[in-house]
Amino acid sequence: MSTLNKKAMDGDGKKTSGGKDISAGGFIILFFIIGFAASMVLGWVIFPKLLYSQKQQPFSFNHALHVEEVEDGCESCHYFREDGSFSGIPKLAQCTDCHEEPMGETEDEAIFVEQYVAKEQEVPWLSYSRQPDCVFFSHSAHVIGAEMECVACHGHIGESESSRAYEYNRITGYSRDIWGKNIAGLKKNSWDRMKMDDCAQCHKEAGIIHTSSVQTERDACFVCHK
Amino acid sequence: MKVDRRSFLSFVIGGAAGTALSPLPWKLMDDSSIWSQMWPWTPVPPDGEVVYEDSTCSLCPGGCGISVRKVDNRAVKIEGKPGHPVNDGRICILGLSGLQFLYGPTRIKSPMKRIGDRGEGKWQKITWHEADAILTEKLSDIRNKGEAHTVAAIAGSDSGTVPALLQRFMTAYGSPNFIRTPSFRDADELAVKSLFGETGRTGYDVENADYVLSFGSGIADGWGSPVRMFQAASLWKEKNVTVVQVEPRLSNSAAKATHWVPINPGTEADLALGIAAVMVDRNMLDTGAVSGLRGWKSDLLDNYATQKVSQTTGVAAERIIALAKGFAGADHPLALCGRGKGSTAISLRETAAVYILNALTGNINEEGGMWALPETDYIQWPRATTDQLASAGLSQPRIDGAGSGRYIEARYLPTRLAESVNGGGPYPMQVLLVAGANPCHDLPDTKGVKAALSRIPFIVSFSSFNDETAAMADLLLPDHVYLERYADIPVEAGLTRQVIGLSKPVVSPQFNTRHLGETLITVARAMGGDIADAFPWDNYETCLEETLAEKWDTLMEAGVWVQDDVDPVADTLRLARQTTAPAIQAEGDVNSFPLLLVPYDSIQLTSGYIGEAPFMIKAVADTVIKGKDGFVEVNPQTASAAGLGEGDMAILTTPVGEARLRVHLFEGIQPGVLAMARGLGHTAYDGYLADKGVNVNELIGPVEDPSSGHDAAWGIRAMLAKA
Repeated sequence: MSTLNKKAMDGDGKKTSGGKDISAGGFIILFFIIGFAASMVLGWVIFPKLLYSQKQQPFSFNHALHVEEVEDGCESCHYFREDGSFSGIPKLAQCTDCHEEPMGETEDEAIFVEQYVAKEQEVPWLSYSRQPDCVFFSHSAHVIGAEMECVACHGHIGESESSRAYEYNRITGYSRDIWGKNIAGLKKNSWDRMKMDDCAQCHKEAGIIHTSSVQTERDACFVCHK
Repeated sequence: MKVDRRSFLSFVIGGAAGTALSPLPWKLMDDSSIWSQMWPWTPVPPDGEVVYEDSTCSLCPGGCGISVRKVDNRAVKIEGKPGHPVNDGRICILGLSGLQFLYGPTRIKSPMKRIGDRGEGKWQKITWHEADAILTEKLSDIRNKGEAHTVAAIAGSDSGTVPALLQRFMTAYGSPNFIRTPSFRDADELAVKSLFGETGRTGYDVENADYVLSFGSGIADGWGSPVRMFQAASLWKEKNVTVVQVEPRLSNSAAKATHWVPINPGTEADLALGIAAVMVDRNMLDTGAVSGLRGWKSDLLDNYATQKVSQTTGVAAERIIALAKGFAGADHPLALCGRGKGSTAISLRETAAVYILNALTGNINEEGGMWALPETDYIQWPRATTDQLASAGLSQPRIDGAGSGRYIEARYLPTRLAESVNGGGPYPMQVLLVAGANPCHDLPDTKGVKAALSRIPFIVSFSSFNDETAAMADLLLPDHVYLERYADIPVEAGLTRQVIGLSKPVVSPQFNTRHLGETLITVARAMGGDIADAFPWDNYETCLEETLAEKWDTLMEAGVWVQDDVDPVADTLRLARQTTAPAIQAEGDVNSFPLLLVPYDSIQLTSGYIGEAPFMIKAVADTVIKGKDGFVEVNPQTASAAGLGEGDMAILTTPVGEARLRVHLFEGIQPGVLAMARGLGHTAYDGYLADKGVNVNELIGPVEDPSSGHDAAWGIRAMLAKA
């Protein structure tokens, strides 16, 4: 008996609330849009700010100034050792070849000479481009073997006049440059990202020599993941 | 406006759609996979420039050349140095583990003085300046009272400039008590002296031998220069050289030999003389290298008739004759002695018997034979002048009795130290300096040794590691580890040429430690007077460079100095009465202790001052140590008589001590004989080493060789019961 009554009442209710339906529908769309917009703001704007943290380099380094002074371009400081391994960021000993005493008058050089050269301490540079530990990357295969330019992966850092802040991922601890500045992972230039797909893209284009995997006729996993 | 359920759901759906279209979920997924593949707490070795630094390993007396791979300033791997005259690119497990001594947790990181009770492990860090002051004041006080002789020093070696500086310090200070830890060298020096009449050592041209008769020498277990011996053993295999291993236990060396001759423990000398008797009797000998054969012959034949020897040794008479024929018939026969690694002394009788056996084949100073060589003599410092106090101290008898009375022949008697200090000695000891030695673990009857050390009021340890003796010390003055310092490493270890290796700093010192040479020079300077004058060098490096003189440049360049054509000290062995001495008996009464316990050496375990590195402990079989339990090897027959099975816990009792051990049934050992690995049972060091197994030295005491006073215990009587 009570069930029947309830059904009847429900029927009545629907009929009487016909006017309110339209405004409720509007609210529903409005809430959808609010939710959508809020999450888009969260995902595109707030999330990257939360995900990445910044550290400043020990002092600012002027690449442009140094490139002008040296003879061999990038290789003057970032050279290959006799055994073919890549030296990466120069060690203090290399810098002190020229900077035993300050050569210019900038504040940054003064910091360098006072805090590092005088105390014989290595400068704790933060590397923008270090790949995760699971990646085996050989500079010599790319720069000497494939004759690639430094710019292809590192961009125009050689023209920079100051060191930008080092941004790192709070979860992984790796540099932001690996994923790229663009949070969506979009890139315009070959140096904008350094993820596996970016490696694969180039390895695929130069497909003739990159066929270490018999099955896929492309490079096998172990080429980079030893 | 009322937020109802539908609006809320709509908000959530909008949010979900927005999130899906934002990078958030996809980026998080990527990051979490990177994070989980490379946990941030997993250590990643820093990248850097790879360089190799050459040096010389001094973890054992072998003297191998090493090449240390470094990434920037961090040593990451030790390899054998290719082309080195001792090891030519090869390396042993101990040498390979060397980095764990450099970077491991067991190091003493700074000079320290004891603040708690002895052995409690409570220390206070002090500066080197304070440390020098404490030691100088202590030593000066004692000396000024005219008691300089009550200071003793115990060292792992007496060759090379560092031990020589310590010896010089003792002399200038006025103490006759410089003591070297026991090794095969004790018996070797004595045998060369008494048989060849000259001071020297033996060398063995193992590479060119074509019949090798080893009396318990652990060719594959670390005897001599271990890596050289491994290489020689491989060479013998290639050239089909007959290798006979005479040993009571089927050791690795016995297993790798062509023939294994199981023998009653402690009767090796009898077999050697039995073989000699067969050779003399049947005239299968070359008399070119011996003198006095006529007088000695009848003694030998009377005492070592084949049947009698067979009975003593348990080796069948036919086999003794066959061994004699094989040995005497070979072109380049060579007999070796020194049990296991040769890290313990053996009796003069046994050493002499084997040297005589060599001489009877005429192989002395010949290709593939035994050489009688001089000791290295490149340390030519002017004699230290001794003032009145020093002379008075030096005129006192040695605490261990060596060099006088019935021990006139012995240079050092470390195994008598405990007895002397515990009451039998001529005077009480006041200070003990310990360098490159760990008497609390390595000397037989460790309980007695510890008791003796606890009676010495002031102990100074120069050890780099938290070893058992350092734990008993009052002052710790840690030396650098071998990879951090310069040192000359004269290599004897049975080589037929004179080799000096140079140990160079591969990395800069990791902690606040100081070179022992430097410490001695500094303290000598602080003491002033004649002691300071005896140490005229600015620092240890100057001392080393000046001492090595013309060899220095070669050593700096090549890392090793080699003299190939060494003049032997003598060509003829004088046959005398060494062989008629009675055999050394094992301590203990046969009725109470029906079994015999013998220690054995293994390449995976160290048996000297250096403890085992964690890498080595990993390589030890679980029939040697399992968890914290050590094992005793028992013949199944003996075990079943005692009601024991594999892995059972048993109590092993000897006249010296008692220990709980697990039983390992082993057919390679004769009934009635038990065997235990040497080198275990540390109580100090780190968690990788401490409390693992039992120290065999706790169960075995020294047995004096009547001819010299050296310890000649090859085993001890024992009893085994179910725990």
